[in-house]
Amino acid sequence: MSFLDYAPAPESQALLNLRADYGLFIDGQFVAGRGEPFQSINPATEKQIAMIAHADAADVDAAVSAARRAYDKTWSKLSGSDRGKYLFRIARLVQERARELAVAETLDNGKPIKESRDVDVPLVAAWFFYYAGWADKLDHAGVGPTPSARGVAAQVIPWNFPLLMLAWKIAPALAAGNTVVLKPAETTSLTALLFAEILQQADLPAGVVNIVTGGRDTGKALVGHPGVNLVAFTGSTGAGRAIARSVAGTDKKVILELGGKAANIVFDDAPIDQAIEGIVNGIFFNQGHVCCAGSRLLVQESIHDDVIERLKARLSTLRLGDPMDKNTDIGAINSAEQLARIRELTDIGEQEGAERWSPDCVLPETGFWFKPTIFTNVSTSHRIARDEVFGPVLSVLTFRTPAEAVAKANNTPYGLSAGIWTEKGSRMLAVADKLRAGVIWANTFNRFDPASPFGGYKESGYGREGGRHGLAAYLKPAAGRAAARTVTAAPAASVAPAVASPAEKTPVSRKKAAK
Amino acid sequence: MTTSDTAMAQLSTGERALALIGGEATDANLRRYLHGIPGVDAVGLEQRAADLGTRSVKTSSKKWAIDKIISLIDLTTLEGADTPGKVRSLVGKALTPDAGDLSCPRVAAVCVYGDMVPHAVAALGSAHSAGTDAGVNVAAVATAFPSGRASLAVKLADVHDAVAAGADEIDMVIDRGAFLSGRFGQVYDEIVAVKQSCRRPDGGSAHLKVILETGELNTYDNVRRASWLAILAGGDFIKTSTGKVPVAATLPVTLSMLEVVRDWYRLTGARVGVKPAGGIRTSKDATKYIVTVAETVGEEWLTPGLFRFGASSLLNDVLMQRQKMTSGHYCGPDYVTMD
Repeated sequence: MSFLDYAPAPESQALLNLRADYGLFIDGQFVAGRGEPFQSINPATEKQIAMIAHADAADVDAAVSAARRAYDKTWSKLSGSDRGKYLFRIARLVQERARELAVAETLDNGKPIKESRDVDVPLVAAWFFYYAGWADKLDHAGVGPTPSARGVAAQVIPWNFPLLMLAWKIAPALAAGNTVVLKPAETTSLTALLFAEILQQADLPAGVVNIVTGGRDTGKALVGHPGVNLVAFTGSTGAGRAIARSVAGTDKKVILELGGKAANIVFDDAPIDQAIEGIVNGIFFNQGHVCCAGSRLLVQESIHDDVIERLKARLSTLRLGDPMDKNTDIGAINSAEQLARIRELTDIGEQEGAERWSPDCVLPETGFWFKPTIFTNVSTSHRIARDEVFGPVLSVLTFRTPAEAVAKANNTPYGLSAGIWTEKGSRMLAVADKLRAGVIWANTFNRFDPASPFGGYKESGYGREGGRHGLAAYLKPAAGRAAARTVTAAPAASVAPAVASPAEKTPVSRKKAAK
Repeated sequence: MTTSDTAMAQLSTGERALALIGGEATDANLRRYLHGIPGVDAVGLEQRAADLGTRSVKTSSKKWAIDKIISLIDLTTLEGADTPGKVRSLVGKALTPDAGDLSCPRVAAVCVYGDMVPHAVAALGSAHSAGTDAGVNVAAVATAFPSGRASLAVKLADVHDAVAAGADEIDMVIDRGAFLSGRFGQVYDEIVAVKQSCRRPDGGSAHLKVILETGELNTYDNVRRASWLAILAGGDFIKTSTGKVPVAATLPVTLSMLEVVRDWYRLTGARVGVKPAGGIRTSKDATKYIVTVAETVGEEWLTPGLFRFGASSLLNDVLMQRQKMTSGHYCGPDYVTMD
């Protein structure tokens, strides 16, 4: 056995106390769903983790009603600083339970524990801390003085970063004073349900956040519900298009964060060792299940062969296998469905004449796995250069001049992110200026920070998440001073289904919140 | 190694350098070459080093790593207050690191000032490797270590002295002043001259480790250029630090140097060694370094001929970890010898 076959170093799962069944989290309580429960499996072993409740239209209606009640009775009446205290408390609880959340995320999603431990969960806490600070500073969010919340936000999130996407959605919504009904992806509900336990622990007023698990029908019922004021969605462009269509003609605000086919542009004067790391991080981070993944490598022709040789050598050191092992770099593909899609697109890539290469690595027998793969000899017309694969698959194209690099990078219906590698600052800025992408990384890739807005051009969606811009999406300008005072109650009365508030519900104690 | 082999190696190194830089080793030619090397992005380099530092080396891997680390140590004493007695004690420790467990491997070498070489050689006796693969080497710091502030004649005399006294390895310092002011030719020539002085009358040659003193070079770009320069000039090893300035070996600096060594191997097929020195005090830290070596240049570099730790207090921490691995208990510093 060689040293590089590091002895197994599995993360302990002892911290994690999962229930066999999880209900829906509505009005501060776990309740049974009316639909047929479904199983959540570990994609690395295909074994069942837990049974998850399936919310039907009536459950969604109950969740939206609870969110509306919470909005009218408590959340909209709390001061910004009190909302901030809840968010700070949630952030601290996430940090306290970080290890447990990381293990649950890896179990349910298949991503390596080192990523859930070092990236996902720390960013979740960072997002709540960041927006906690904004809660009492909404006047400075860029939508004018005394802005108001939009009301009830319907949020639908994907399976690639289950808990992180939840944080991206919930933190700004709550800071801005909205209440939330969130639907996690069907294959990754677990950490959202653990998060619901954290909300109970944080004493968040009932109904401020509701979590409805289920399939596409659940999501459809949620975004189509007449009682929601805002729809925020992260996921595929196809689903995003359907959502945009379904809310057309209503007064719902929509934020869509959709697919991408990012160009990672490497100029011949790039810091080459760091560029190789950036390329690897750009496409093989999280098995390539990243909407902003650098899936198209545009490399200057003069260094193409050198880059490919170095890249292959580097890929040969990646460790694929048990996601719970602390030394695993590449985990499992999230679902059989996604694995089938990756296989289909890579097969097409080969048929279209691109040259396929993967390092030698043994795939485990059970579970969903795909070797890190690079395609060379790719032209812009190939499907692997145009379609979002959403897997560990890199397409390599070349260019000769900066103008050609920009033209090729922009030649996509998407426009979420891009990367530029060069030691020349003026070129970096000039190229960044011409790229039509929402996020541009220079000499790095796939870095996230709550203070930095994130979002796309063209078919990658609209609206921004993160930073002040991400907050502004959840606010609306005050119509006037008088209107601003009543606006919190007004839309609620006109849209929400009339639901009597139970008399025994007491509003949250502000003193308690202050602790 | 025969005289002709050594001459060949010398010749080919020199020729290779001239071919690579496209002419004589003048400041202008070297500058053109060294500034043509791709730059280093500090943030990315440090991120990669931090990532390598998260590898979890447990159970059987840890056991292997601990013994490997011991066998790669240049056990060092470089104090003005050193005495022959201290050097003898150091040699004893080098030969039998853990008196309570004779299965513990020996360290690679003892590293001392030039005037202590005879004492180290005497103390080692038959355990002195003296050019063979078995036994423990004697390494001497030379060339007006640690500052390098002396004339070339004095530096070369320093080297001659140590080699004549039986040193198997010479740890030289580069002239940082010359390097930072762009006099690359001077640095190159000095390394070549020192390498020449490492020859023994019997035709063998002491191994040359070139100390870059990365803490004084300040930027990763400089470290990378100095690494190329030292390798072009024929250094057998590139070494981070003297241990005498505030910033000594760091993982990002060592990673950057390993990348140069890897690129040199790709280019020429020749293997050059790397020695981080100073500031590596714990078994945990040292493990990060061997992970970085294995994942950057490959496991075959984890041999005393290609990788060393310059350290004094590291050995005892590793020994305590080793005892814990065998006994299950952590004994504490009273159960390992001071030096």
